[in-house]
Amino acid sequence: MGAQTTIEKLEILADAAKYDASCASSGTSKRSSLGKGGGIGSTEGMGICHAYAPDGRCISLLKVLLTNHCIFDCHYCINRKSSNVRRARFTPQEVADLTLSFYRRNYIEGLFLSSGIIKSSNHTMEQLVETARILREEHEFRGYIHLKTIPEADPQLVHLAGLYADRVSINVELPTDAGLTRLAPDKDAKQIEGAMKGVKASIRQAKDEKKRFKHAPRFAPAGQSTQMIVGADKASDADIVGKASRLYDGFGLRRVYYSAFSPIPDASAVLPLKRPPLIREHRLYQSDWLMRFYGYRASEVMQATDDDGNLPLDIDPKLAWALKFRGQFPLDVNRASKEELLRVPGLGVKAVGQILASRRHRTLRLDDVAKLTVSIAKVRPFICTADWRPLTLTDRADLRALLAPRQEQLELFAA
Amino acid sequence: MASAQPADQTHYAVKLDAPDDFAAWRDAARVLVQAGIAPDRVSWTEPGGSDDLFAEGARALPQPPANAPTPRVNKRFLSLAKNAALHSDPRRFALLYRLLWRLQQNPRMMEDKADDDVRRLTELDKSVRRDSHKMHAFVRFREVEDAAGEAHYVAWFEPDHHIVRANAGFFMRRFANMKWSILTPRGSLHWDGETMREGPPAQRGDAPEGDPVEDLWRKYYASIFNPARLKVGAMLSEMPKKYWKNLPEASLIPELVAGAQTREAQMVDAGGQNFAERPDTLAAIDKAIHSCRNCPIGEMANEAVMGEGPQDAALMIVGEQPGDQEDRLGRPFVGPAGQLLDRHMELAGIARSTAYVTNAVKHFKFAQRGKRRIHQSPTAKEIDTCRWWMESERAIVKPKLVLALGASAARAMLGKTVSITKARGEPIPLDDGSELWITAHPSYLLRLDGDARLKQEKLFDADLAAVQERLQELIP
Repeated sequence: MGAQTTIEKLEILADAAKYDASCASSGTSKRSSLGKGGGIGSTEGMGICHAYAPDGRCISLLKVLLTNHCIFDCHYCINRKSSNVRRARFTPQEVADLTLSFYRRNYIEGLFLSSGIIKSSNHTMEQLVETARILREEHEFRGYIHLKTIPEADPQLVHLAGLYADRVSINVELPTDAGLTRLAPDKDAKQIEGAMKGVKASIRQAKDEKKRFKHAPRFAPAGQSTQMIVGADKASDADIVGKASRLYDGFGLRRVYYSAFSPIPDASAVLPLKRPPLIREHRLYQSDWLMRFYGYRASEVMQATDDDGNLPLDIDPKLAWALKFRGQFPLDVNRASKEELLRVPGLGVKAVGQILASRRHRTLRLDDVAKLTVSIAKVRPFICTADWRPLTLTDRADLRALLAPRQEQLELFAA
Repeated sequence: MASAQPADQTHYAVKLDAPDDFAAWRDAARVLVQAGIAPDRVSWTEPGGSDDLFAEGARALPQPPANAPTPRVNKRFLSLAKNAALHSDPRRFALLYRLLWRLQQNPRMMEDKADDDVRRLTELDKSVRRDSHKMHAFVRFREVEDAAGEAHYVAWFEPDHHIVRANAGFFMRRFANMKWSILTPRGSLHWDGETMREGPPAQRGDAPEGDPVEDLWRKYYASIFNPARLKVGAMLSEMPKKYWKNLPEASLIPELVAGAQTREAQMVDAGGQNFAERPDTLAAIDKAIHSCRNCPIGEMANEAVMGEGPQDAALMIVGEQPGDQEDRLGRPFVGPAGQLLDRHMELAGIARSTAYVTNAVKHFKFAQRGKRRIHQSPTAKEIDTCRWWMESERAIVKPKLVLALGASAARAMLGKTVSITKARGEPIPLDDGSELWITAHPSYLLRLDGDARLKQEKLFDADLAAVQERLQELIP
């Protein structure tokens, strides 16, 4: 076989990266290449999605693997040692050049670099760090860099990664230790969490130093994130939400991504044969949202699950919770607190803010609320306004059926 | 108002020099408010705007009274208004003035989100912000060589609103050390690395046609997409079709969408296995493995070999795969390796008849050499594929102890490659509460001679003895 061209390698190594859920490029420190320092690139806090793929996911970063060769043999992973996929390998210089070529044409916000493990964890981590170093030091690149770190690598190297990158991530892969042992036999839960703890400590220290010294080096200003594979083992949504909540609390994670286990070519026999419905992943993101922006505790999200510990697929978790705790409703939109209003199905953070602002000026009627919400029909059973009271609607046994989206619609998303 | 002189009813027409000239609107609006000119007496026009009959009126602004207070606005109004003024709606300046006028009476009006004017302003601001965001996202530069032989990056973009000048800063901050131009039908921007120059509206033909890097970009775009998750609606809501014509990657979308199902099916097929429920009897497994074609070994001219032994055996012995003789006879461990195993089991005091004996891989893998069939080791992938059958057997027999013979059997049990030397002689706990012991495969002993053989047989005997001892503890 002759040497592979850049485009052939890109095809293989981008394809291998498509199972990574994250492509975020937001929440980092603000940077510009204008003025002294020069170079290329900027970040303005908010990430930009430069394109959308037909799978509905955005493309904001050049997301590739340095190599898809791997000495590990994790069953859910297309790049595991025993898989028969085509293999390729970029040099750090090639990835840096590709990133700059794309960035100069405004195709991307930066780079999300991950890698199969070659030779050793340390060697691999060195190559990832070297790519970031070339971009930052040789090209004064000010765009976004996300590095996937290798938990088994020397903590010094992981630290170095954080000095170059905006975000570092360490995938926990599976919600339970048993699942990890079974599906990722070469990985170690303790090691993964140890690496997360190290990153958390570095982030905290860098923040502290920044307060005292203007020129203290920044360390992963966009924080750390992780990814969990959903549906590859028997873990229920309650297990997953519990794990996510422990990760948020324990390691100060910025985001937990969920990736519905998807059919991979050359799958391992250990994997389940059916992939989970994509809607399950969506429900988990919704529950994540409830915890991050709506003040729900993990235990409350778990209350929304069915007897099997899974969130219902036909309705969103907020509605599921409200239907279980009907006694808390209806809420008077003209009197209820912000925290209470955030529990009303159909009212988002923005709508609640607008209701609170508007009711200083007028007593809200149902029409007024309708102007501020996407669907008044969804909200109506749970609120009172000056001219509306749902009476016994929240007691109706068929309320769930009335509010759940029609089955045909569900199929569309569940496909 | 009986005694007062007739009120001034002059109509004023304000003409702005540029459609995005917020400063000029602000200057005029300030004077008009101070002079007490109600919104219905002012019309606002921009260049190219239709000066229809409503735009008739005094061109000169009124002189406000000397003691007129400065109009009050709050910060929120100002930031929204500045942005909303870039909208292409010709009525935007009138709306801004009406709001400014009303704010003088009710300074907190901006908080009333249900007010129609406030909502309209918010909508205008939102669509301008969206348009700006799409410009940040969808401008695609193409590289050309300028007169000096240096790289110059040129983009063509079609904004909906008058946002080009307002966004110059974004591109300067981002592409500071590049020379670039952004051409649009509403004006153009040129940055030479040091200064920003504005140019007249441009046409699509003024921009270059292609760039060699676009092939790489398209390859990336096609590869990063997961066909198993097709969600065209989600894509369209963020990347509406009107932008597609200027995005080099968009030409791929129809074929990617059309090919997604086939690609997903290929991925699933390449995944290989599509089992139904686990068979619940050993006989059903026996029957099923004969037609199993989940891996290439199933395609070879051979018979599947089922495990044998009592269904309630406390000990399960797992070998690698059937050999030549096992394949001919259809029974496990009947060849030379099996006979060797029998001898050592007897020595350790384990009756073979009490054990369930099976293989990690159910078919014989071989290479034909003339009339001889030479044993070939199964690949890790083949072991992993066949593992499902062995696990089905285990689920029925429920042994208390599993003895894996050799690396392939160990892999089938643990899903990972282990070193026999390191793993032997110690129990490894399994999920179901049973335990796994690992030792060498008897065929390995067969391949050794002299001292090496003696040494390995000793180790093998020690392992079997340990297993026997443990079995005595496990069986009440």
